Amino acid sequence: MHNLSITELVDGLKKRLFSSAEITEHFLKRIKDLDAQFNSIISITEAEAMAAAKVADQRLAADDAPALCGVPIVHKDIFCTNGVRTSCGSKMLDNFVPPYDSTVVANFRDHGTVMLGKSNMDEFAMGSSNETSFYGPVKNPWSVDCVPGGSSGGSAAAVAARLTPGATATDTGGSIRQPAALCGITGLKPTYGRVSRWGMIAFASSLDQGGPMARSAEDCALLLNCMASYDSKDSTSANRAVPDYSATLNDSLKGLRIGIPEEYFSEGLNKGTEQAVQNALSEFEKMGAELVKIKLPNTGLSVPAYYVIAPAEASANLSRFDGVKYGYRCDNPQDLEDLYCRTRAEGFGEEVQRRILIGTYCLSAGYYDAYYGKAQQVRQLIRQDFIQAFENVDLIMGPTCPSPAFEFGSKGGDPVAMYLEDIYTISTNLAGLPGMSVPCGIVDNKPVGLQIIGNYFDEARMLNAAHQFQQATDWHQLSPEGV
Amino acid sequence: MSIEKQAIDNLATLARIAVDENKVEEISQRLSSVLELVDQLQAADTSELENLDHPLQGTQRLREDKVTETDQREAFQTIAPDTEEGLYLVPKVID
Repeated sequence: MHNLSITELVDGLKKRLFSSAEITEHFLKRIKDLDAQFNSIISITEAEAMAAAKVADQRLAADDAPALCGVPIVHKDIFCTNGVRTSCGSKMLDNFVPPYDSTVVANFRDHGTVMLGKSNMDEFAMGSSNETSFYGPVKNPWSVDCVPGGSSGGSAAAVAARLTPGATATDTGGSIRQPAALCGITGLKPTYGRVSRWGMIAFASSLDQGGPMARSAEDCALLLNCMASYDSKDSTSANRAVPDYSATLNDSLKGLRIGIPEEYFSEGLNKGTEQAVQNALSEFEKMGAELVKIKLPNTGLSVPAYYVIAPAEASANLSRFDGVKYGYRCDNPQDLEDLYCRTRAEGFGEEVQRRILIGTYCLSAGYYDAYYGKAQQVRQLIRQDFIQAFENVDLIMGPTCPSPAFEFGSKGGDPVAMYLEDIYTISTNLAGLPGMSVPCGIVDNKPVGLQIIGNYFDEARMLNAAHQFQQATDWHQLSPEGV
Repeated sequence: MSIEKQAIDNLATLARIAVDENKVEEISQRLSSVLELVDQLQAADTSELENLDHPLQGTQRLREDKVTETDQREAFQTIAPDTEEGLYLVPKVID
């Protein structure tokens, strides 16, 4: 049952081949039996799930079922869930039970999905390895000595281990695409503004974007249909109609122009990964697409620009965690200053504190123009590179990550080595473009991902290309040993 | 570029994070390595460019000035560390 796709689950539920209660119970049992090895779920919401499944079954029986009625799903623990602890992977919010649902969670609820639990993640989504979570690292189901990627590592590992058919995730610099690549699943970061950020705990507000994870592009299309919406509660939400992403999955790729940026195939790219990506590109050629060499000359500046902008915005966003209205508070504060300073020192982990300090530095008097202002201008350069490239191509493709999953602790204490993991994914966040990762090969017994970058609001075309690739190949169907 | 100890103390004060004295050296080293990375930006010629604050160059929407939220003070205060009679309690600020 756990190997069925979301598409098959929807179909089976409608035909009464099984009930939502049966599937929900099955996935809950898998989480309880198997997740001790992966640590992908922070909170299992068994009672809520069984109650929601019962309601879904009643609606299915009454032929009053919304699109994903009865389908189980896991939400990243960054999305606020009414009455269910939302920790954001942090000690700071270990006791935080939101009094409201985020728009994404509400959208899924309205579409009838059943929440199985909340997934593990890097603390406040800051990390590329899931090593910064207060709840301990998530293990990669393909090799438990290796990281699952981050920050949405829990969602990615849970989908890869067949603990859930789909999951929500967020991406600020690669946090959907990189773990999707490292865990051998499909993940999509939509255009900035396509998915509401309301109730999604903020990291870097001008970069953050929620998106779906599943095993295939076809399933991601179904999830995005529910997830995307215009939301007046999010001032940056895009006020434009959401297309039916499933409707165009089978369009022909004949004549599709795919840009191949030379900067994505330079030094630092693992040879096996490069070969897998080249093989994938040949598949697209076989389907009638044309490969076009392009240049994104400012790619190298994306990591430095990101590590000014993201920490700067984070330092402002995270100033709200002060021990007063909710979340962690230190014991016996001497005075108000002491309450703030110790609450934040004890409540935030090392990487989060580091980024707050960097952001504070970049925004402090005398440095603002040299750092934040400069980075915002470089961001313009990066955006212009893409706009120019998209005048001549429909999609851009390359590797998602420089190499397959690495071992825990292997990036040592050097934050910069970890930051370079996101070299191919960060620039799309800076430009606000959509990007996705689809499994395209196995290197050293671990999966690697092909990245597909689309023009603004062109998610349908990306999903179409990814789906056609998955019709021609079976990389997305491989599962880790033992699951 | 490296950060002096005094600068770390200043940052910690601005960010309201108590920094452990024994960790200042390590923090300084790690912040310096990030700033070294970030300094690569200085080489880019951006003299002709405006700042990009919003990835889609959007503008803030305005909404009608009317009340849309209901009073949920009680629900919000059930998750607060310390409250009394509808107020959030913090250590005494004025003697």
